[in-house]
This record gives sequence, structure tokens and C-alpha cells, in this order.
Amino acid sequence: MVKVNLVEYQKGYQKEPIRKGFGRGLLKLGQMNQQVVACCADLTESTQMLDFAKAFPNRFFEIGVAEQNLATVGSGLAAGGKIPYISSYAAFSPGRNYEQIRTTICLNNRPVKIVGSHAGVSVGPDGATHQMLEDIILMRALPNMVVISPGDSLEAEKATFQMANDNRPNYLRLAREATAIFTTNSTPFEIGPAYVYREGNDVSIIATGAMTFQALLASDQLSNEGISCEVIHVPTIKPLDQATILTSLKKTRLAITIEEGQASGGLGGAISELSTSLFPVPIFRLGINDRFGESGQPDELLNYFGLNSDNLIQTVKKIIKIKR
Amino acid sequence: MQDYSIHELELISNEIRQDIIKMLEHAGSGHSAGPLGEVEIYVALYYMILNHRPSQPNWSERDVLIQSNGHCVPVRYATMAHAGYFDRQELQTLRRFGTRLQGHPERMRLPGLESTSGPLGCGLSQAAGLALAFRLDNQEKRRIYVVMGDGELDEGNVWEAAMFVPRHKINNLVAIIDRNNIQIDGPTEDVMPLEDLKAKWSSFGWHVIEVDGNNLEDLIDAFHLSRAIIEKPTVIIAHTIPGKGVDFMEQDFAWHGSPPNHEQAVKALHELRTLKGKITSEHL
Repeated sequence: MVKVNLVEYQKGYQKEPIRKGFGRGLLKLGQMNQQVVACCADLTESTQMLDFAKAFPNRFFEIGVAEQNLATVGSGLAAGGKIPYISSYAAFSPGRNYEQIRTTICLNNRPVKIVGSHAGVSVGPDGATHQMLEDIILMRALPNMVVISPGDSLEAEKATFQMANDNRPNYLRLAREATAIFTTNSTPFEIGPAYVYREGNDVSIIATGAMTFQALLASDQLSNEGISCEVIHVPTIKPLDQATILTSLKKTRLAITIEEGQASGGLGGAISELSTSLFPVPIFRLGINDRFGESGQPDELLNYFGLNSDNLIQTVKKIIKIKR
Repeated sequence: MQDYSIHELELISNEIRQDIIKMLEHAGSGHSAGPLGEVEIYVALYYMILNHRPSQPNWSERDVLIQSNGHCVPVRYATMAHAGYFDRQELQTLRRFGTRLQGHPERMRLPGLESTSGPLGCGLSQAAGLALAFRLDNQEKRRIYVVMGDGELDEGNVWEAAMFVPRHKINNLVAIIDRNNIQIDGPTEDVMPLEDLKAKWSSFGWHVIEVDGNNLEDLIDAFHLSRAIIEKPTVIIAHTIPGKGVDFMEQDFAWHGSPPNHEQAVKALHELRTLKGKITSEHL
């Protein structure tokens, strides 16, 4: 097992929005790589592109509220040899400009870096229109696309950096609200692998984004109660690290997935598809069940939709019975 | 670049029209009216305007031609073949399994296409992005041409780009609108009125030139003139006749998305080969 070097629980956790890591990573990347350019659809501060825009005004392009143009200008910049990061809220990009992404970026095979901020219900008071829950599904359906959903701001920073060296179209999923920083500078991250953060035998908890932190909390609580959980963090949902997932499924023969998005078709869908083909075991999926979000405080909404460690613990206790 | 007389270019245009008819008949599907109407635009560009090397499609100093209305790709394939990008025999593979000449153009399959298109309204903004990349690399002497259809202007993405290009003061970009007045469901002014088209583009900050899009001399003049307009991007509204060169196809929107059958192809080729009786046809 790779040494994961997570934050020691005893030291407590700092919090920061995942999107902040993107902003930091992009700024540093801009200093190091002259080919990196950025475009934003009138949400430059909110998507954390502002520091890059101020530091490199000639490499930042304001697009206005025009997400179709955002994707296609990005495609053109990539055609000219640039590495364009294009950002908006995930509800609008890739929500509104899906066809432009499909044709001019994926089929055209232009390495545009699509950055969807404010994904998930934790967007909070803005409500359902702005809480993107289908972005993972949309992006992972596209040939050539790489789908990355970092667990915290530090990992988002690493991902932002590495995307510049990946010659494929990439989708980076970010969230608005501050969440725990549970990785460290020395926690490994590469585009592609899934990481085993806790080893266990009874059940595999497979998580992405900030839900991985909830999985860690649940795992620690459950181990006190004699249930041994294997926690797998999946920052790259596509292409999926099949070997790591299958190894775990063969060991535990029971899995539960958790993600802040629709419970079907995203991470849970990807794991289920893999399992049914190569090693069928019961897979339970936590996420939003075929409905839209609504206004509320981020924690209030996450609790309402069961996207927390408590619900994960209760669900694991329930499903573990089918093995006993 | 070789110099061609207008008469020579007209003869090349005529041969390209014949190839389009043969390709479409052989394929059994595809669009007829638009490609036939756009022949002079492509001949002017590939033979007189573009700085390009057919034997080196990825030449680093080339001008870029983006075809936004991908359904008209038969005219581009035929012109590219005539200009020396690939053998004319390959034209007969249009739309066949395994072909480089896909029903709608795919950059990854055929060098020289520059982009993948078909879904409408996306070419102008790709051209804009490319122009910005050229600016960063001090390559602004490379010019970018985008051919759009008029029905395509129904797409919101076009107008997003129409605002964006002047905002970023891009002036090495020329948009060409094939104003043939038809789209699939009928005349453009019935489906979704576009006029006053010139006023629309002017008000968005573009320099507008209107030409007879089937007149090579006018087109070439307009392209040359566009080089002198440096304070604005240029859009050339090229008024063309859909189905140009084949009497029974001209001005009939029913031919927008249909290919000729064998009898119709024979009739069309006969008409084209004799240039409506003005020249003696060569027996092929």
C-alpha cells in the first residue's frame, strides 16, 4: 500500500474551500508555464481565477456570461498550442455547454481544462439551479475526457498542477464551501490512481470529493465498534483505477459509495459497472436520489441528504448484515 | 503561390462542382445546395488567399481556415483534393465506413481540416481563441478565416462570439457568411428572420463587406480589402445561389440536405460539363 500521509486526527483539521486550492495552483502554474492561459464566464473571483487574472492579465480572457463561447474559445486556444483552464459554475459549464465540450473539445481532442466550481448541494442558499449534481455523469460519458474530483484544497492544487501536463481534455470538479483539509503536502496524488486511505476487511467505502473525509470519520468510528472498513479515495473517476477497486472488492466483498451528486451514473455508477462485469458484489450507493437540491445552509443540506459520516455509519451497519 | 487567372479559377470551380455531384451521388446521402453554392468561396481561399502548403498540412506558419458549417464539407474535401492535399480518387470514399472523409469533418481523421464541426455555431469562437493564442505567440501575421452558413446564425453561440471578437480587438480574423437564404425547414426569412444582417454585424462592431459570393473576382477583392481593415474584424456576407450550377437545384431549399440520385447526377453533370452550352464538354 502506498504511504498516504494523511493529517493525524489528533492534530485536528483546518478547513478551506476546495476551489481555493485551484486558485493557488493556477497562480503557481502560471508562473512556471507560459503556455497556461485562463478564461472565465463572469465569475472570476468566485471560481478563484482572480489571482491568475491579476498576475497575468495578458493570459486571462474575460468571456462574459457566455458558457458556450467559454468552451469554444477554450478549444481555439488549445488549437493554438495553449493550455486553457476555463472556469464557471459547474451548473453552467459543463451544464449548459455540453455539446460544445463534446464536439469541439472531446471529439476534436483539444486538451482544454474545464473547471466546474460550486458543484454539489453544499453550494447552499442559492438553491437547486446552482447546485450541480449531474456533472460527473455528463463528463464521464464523454470519450477522451478525464474526470477529477479532488478531496480537499491541497489535492485540488496538486490536480490543477498536473492537469497542465496531461494532454487530454480534463474536467476538474470543485466545491464552494470550506471543508476539512485531511491530506498533507506529502500525500500522494496523480491523475489516475485511486488511493487506499484505510485498510480494512469488512466493507469498502469508496468516496470522492469532500465525501472522502466523511468516509474517514465513519471508518474510524466503525472500527471502534468492531467493523473494519477499507476507505478508498477516488480523485480520478475517469479513467477509473480498476485494479485498486477490484483488489478491495475481492477482499471485502461488500462496498458502499458516497458522492455529493446523483447517486446513479457518477462514482457509484462507475464502481457498479466495474463490479457487475468483473467481480459482482453488493454495491450500495449514497448520493442524491433522483431529485434536485434546494436552498439551505450547506451542513443542513448535507445532513438532510444523508451525505455525512453519521448516515454512512448507519448504512454500513445495516448493509454489513447481509454478510453475516 | 501560383497565380491563376479568373478564367482558370472558374474552370477549377466547375470541376469541383462535378466532383461534389459525383461524391454525393456515390455516398447516397449528404448536403447538395450549400456545397455547390460555396465553391467560389473555397476556390478563392485555397487558390488565391490562404498562405498554406498542401503537402505540409500542419505547416507552422499556415493561415487557418475553419469550417463552422460542417455539413457543407463536400466542397472543402473536393477543393482540398484539387489543391493537392490528397488524391481526388479518395473523394469517392465520402461517408463510407473507414473513410477519412467523414460525413461531417473530423480533424483527427484528415490533416488540414483544422477542427471538427457539424453542430452549428461553434466555429467563430474557436477562431477567436486561436487568434488570441497567435497574439500571445507573436504570430498575428497568420490569418484566420471562418466560413459560416446563414441558417447557422440562429445559434446563440455565434452572437456570443460576435461580441467577443471585437471586445478583444482581434483583426486577423475574417468571417465569411454564406448568405444563400435557405435552411432545412425553408427560406431563412420564414424560419427565423436574419435581416437586417449587415446592420446586425455592424452594430456588433464588425466591418461588413457584401459581395456576390459566386463571383471569384469580387470575393478575392473582398479578401484583399479585409487585410486593410485593421481597426475591426471583418465579416464578408457572400450572397450565393444554393445549388449553384445545377438548374434544378438552384434556389430550392429541398436540396439543402439531399443528394442527387443517379439520374439526377447524370443530368447535373451534363449541365456542368457543357457549362450550359457555353463550352464543349470533354467526354469523361
